[in-house]
Amino acid sequence: MLEIRNLHVTVGGKEILKGIDLDIRAGEVHAIMGPNGSGKSTLSYVLAGRDGYVVTEGSIRFKGKDLLEMNVDERAAAGVFLAFQYPLEIPGVTTMTFLKTALNAQRRARGEEELDAVRFLKLVREKSRPLNVSDDMLKRSLNVGYSGGEKKRAEVLQMSLLEPVLAVLDETDSGLDIDALKTVAEGVNALRSPERAMVVITHYQRLLDYIVPDVVHVLSQGRIVKTGGKDLALELEKSGYAEYGADAA
Amino acid sequence: MAAVKETVETVGEIEKYKYGFFTDIESEKAPLGLTEDTVRFISAKKDEPEWLLEWRLAAFRRWQTMTEPTWAKVTYPPIDFQDAYYYSAPKQTVKLDSLDQVDPKLLETYEKLGIPLTEQKMLAGVAVDAVFDSVSVVTTFKEKLAEAGVIFCPMSEAVKKHPELVKKYLGSVVPSSDNFYATLNSAVFSEGSFVYIPEGVRCPMELSTYFRINEKQTGQFERTLIIADKGSYVSYLEGCTAPQRDENQLHAAVVELIAHDDAEIKYSTVQNWFPGDEEGKGGVYNFVTKRGDCRGENSKISWTQVETGSAITWKYPSCILRGDNSRGEFYSIAISNGRQQVDSGTKMIHLGRNTTSRIVSKGISAGRSSNTYRGLVSVHRKAENVRNFTQCDSLLIGDRCSAHTVPYIETKNPTAILEHEATTSKIGDDQLFYCMQRGIGEEEAVALIVNGFCRDVLQQLPMEFAVEAQKLVGISLEGSVG
Ligand SMILES: Nc1ncnc2c1ncn2[C@@H]1O[C@H](COP(=O)(O)OP(=O)(O)OP(=O)(O)O)[C@@H](O)[C@H]1O
Ligand SMILES: [Mg+2]
Repeated sequence: MLEIRNLHVTVGGKEILKGIDLDIRAGEVHAIMGPNGSGKSTLSYVLAGRDGYVVTEGSIRFKGKDLLEMNVDERAAAGVFLAFQYPLEIPGVTTMTFLKTALNAQRRARGEEELDAVRFLKLVREKSRPLNVSDDMLKRSLNVGYSGGEKKRAEVLQMSLLEPVLAVLDETDSGLDIDALKTVAEGVNALRSPERAMVVITHYQRLLDYIVPDVVHVLSQGRIVKTGGKDLALELEKSGYAEYGADAA
Repeated sequence: MAAVKETVETVGEIEKYKYGFFTDIESEKAPLGLTEDTVRFISAKKDEPEWLLEWRLAAFRRWQTMTEPTWAKVTYPPIDFQDAYYYSAPKQTVKLDSLDQVDPKLLETYEKLGIPLTEQKMLAGVAVDAVFDSVSVVTTFKEKLAEAGVIFCPMSEAVKKHPELVKKYLGSVVPSSDNFYATLNSAVFSEGSFVYIPEGVRCPMELSTYFRINEKQTGQFERTLIIADKGSYVSYLEGCTAPQRDENQLHAAVVELIAHDDAEIKYSTVQNWFPGDEEGKGGVYNFVTKRGDCRGENSKISWTQVETGSAITWKYPSCILRGDNSRGEFYSIAISNGRQQVDSGTKMIHLGRNTTSRIVSKGISAGRSSNTYRGLVSVHRKAENVRNFTQCDSLLIGDRCSAHTVPYIETKNPTAILEHEATTSKIGDDQLFYCMQRGIGEEEAVALIVNGFCRDVLQQLPMEFAVEAQKLVGISLEGSVG
């Protein structure tokens, strides 16, 4: 589904990703771990198509298409979703309005019928309940005044509503208490399907107890330095990243 | 000044000679230029009583001694007031047979605004079929208003049918000598509305609905007068979200509101005049004087405006808080794009005790536009316990536009509590990226963020208009990014 070949990326004139190769097939969950500043968020932004993240070499193919040729919103409509490490605040726009605008924009782009207010409301309720997102939260401005944990739950709500093909979760576990962690993990697991792939970026083995990955990668200084099964995360928890040439995370 | 007057007189002589229009009273258009004769012509056309003609003439003489104000942050080539027509009979709009005959660009905008088909036809001047009989709707409205005792009619009709009311209130809030443009308006106004709500009456409908159905003729020099007698309430909506083109470049309207004891007037405006082409050419110059007088105790006047059109906007809807415990409100969204220039704001003049006011201004500038908020909060010596809250937020899109906030405060009473908050922000690339990552296109994302920014003000609009205004916000910013 996703094929990354020899990907080099510079940000602000500095090379951050130095030749990444990654293959993700439908149905798989990949975890990416690695010290601070190793380029994990950079990779997620490049997948989403953020301005200022310049691909100097290499390619990314998504469902057989050249992802780098597509606009940010086109990628989204094609099914690329990024749960942000630091979700943005949109003052004056209720979470409800935002969700509806996003869902209908994607549906429009795919030539599907837009949802009317009634059907949309029903759908949102259905998706928010398991994530403990209250009606009150939906009526507030998106992410404004949300606690760290609430922001992350709102990201997962957006994901479950938009039903992406490839979901990248950038440290969605950070800032969550243990109950919220379980809730979020359940939300993510509910989306696991043979048609869908996920990339879970995290610093903690703890999350991977709940979202069990098929493959674990270690990213260090812009390169994938090790790839293994779910046990690799356990090892890292014990020994840290020292042996991969990084300062302790 | 003398030179100007001389020119005016000479031009007057020539025109008189050329057209000899004193006898030509049947003419549909006043001759080019502005002289005392033009004023007489207009008054005669309207079959006005002597006192009103005198009032106009006094204004005209005054106007000749005045010069255009230059303090606003707007620049434009000098206006040649003698190179304009000051009266033309209401246009007989040519009825088209179907929407197919209407400019497709206009239709596209109607579509985007979500204006119902029947109304689209009416706005575009297409004959409306029997399914929706606008005449009968208007009649129903009229009956309903009459039942409540509400007077709502064109100004010229009010002069004839309710001369005592017009005489009593006209110019009582905006004196004919008020400012250059108001004085000009006093001399040559020819259209406008008159509203009188009797004591204790709550006007049974938004006075907007009527307008939209009645295909209001908007004039160059409109004069509106609204009087809410004791304990009454009225909500009035002026303008239209549909884009309006006008062959007259100069517009100078005057609106006067009077609220007696315990009365409330809510006045909402959506202004979408032609802003000019990319270079700013051909756009409307809008110089408006709007003022409300909270004459009675516990009275309230609330202005809400959404300003998206015009090449130049010069407009400061104000409140004179004369009655004790009266309240003034000003909610504004001013959007400028392209080469538009907006200098707008409000004045809250606190004269009475315990008077309160609230100002919420949202300025959005894009393109190469300039957007200025100019506001005055003034507290007079005898006004005890005054409270004002002012919030001015500016949002910039791109880096070739500008925003300015010019708040003036004058306090002569130490018991006043005045709060002022101001913010300036830019639509962040990261905010846009976030929206677009969710599949929202760039223009829609801008519209979404801007609508969020304006939410406090949009909420003040009557329901039916809030939705359209929201769409208008998006449309007026099209092409402002990327
Ligand atoms: N605009 C920029 N200019 C220069 N360097 C940048 C810029 N943006 C990011 N970087 C650098 O790129 C590197 C990778 O950042 P990135 O956010 O991808 O790390 P990360 O692996 O997600 O770290 P963390 O675990 O702390 O979230 C960091 O060293 C960061 O300082
Ligand atoms: Mg990161």
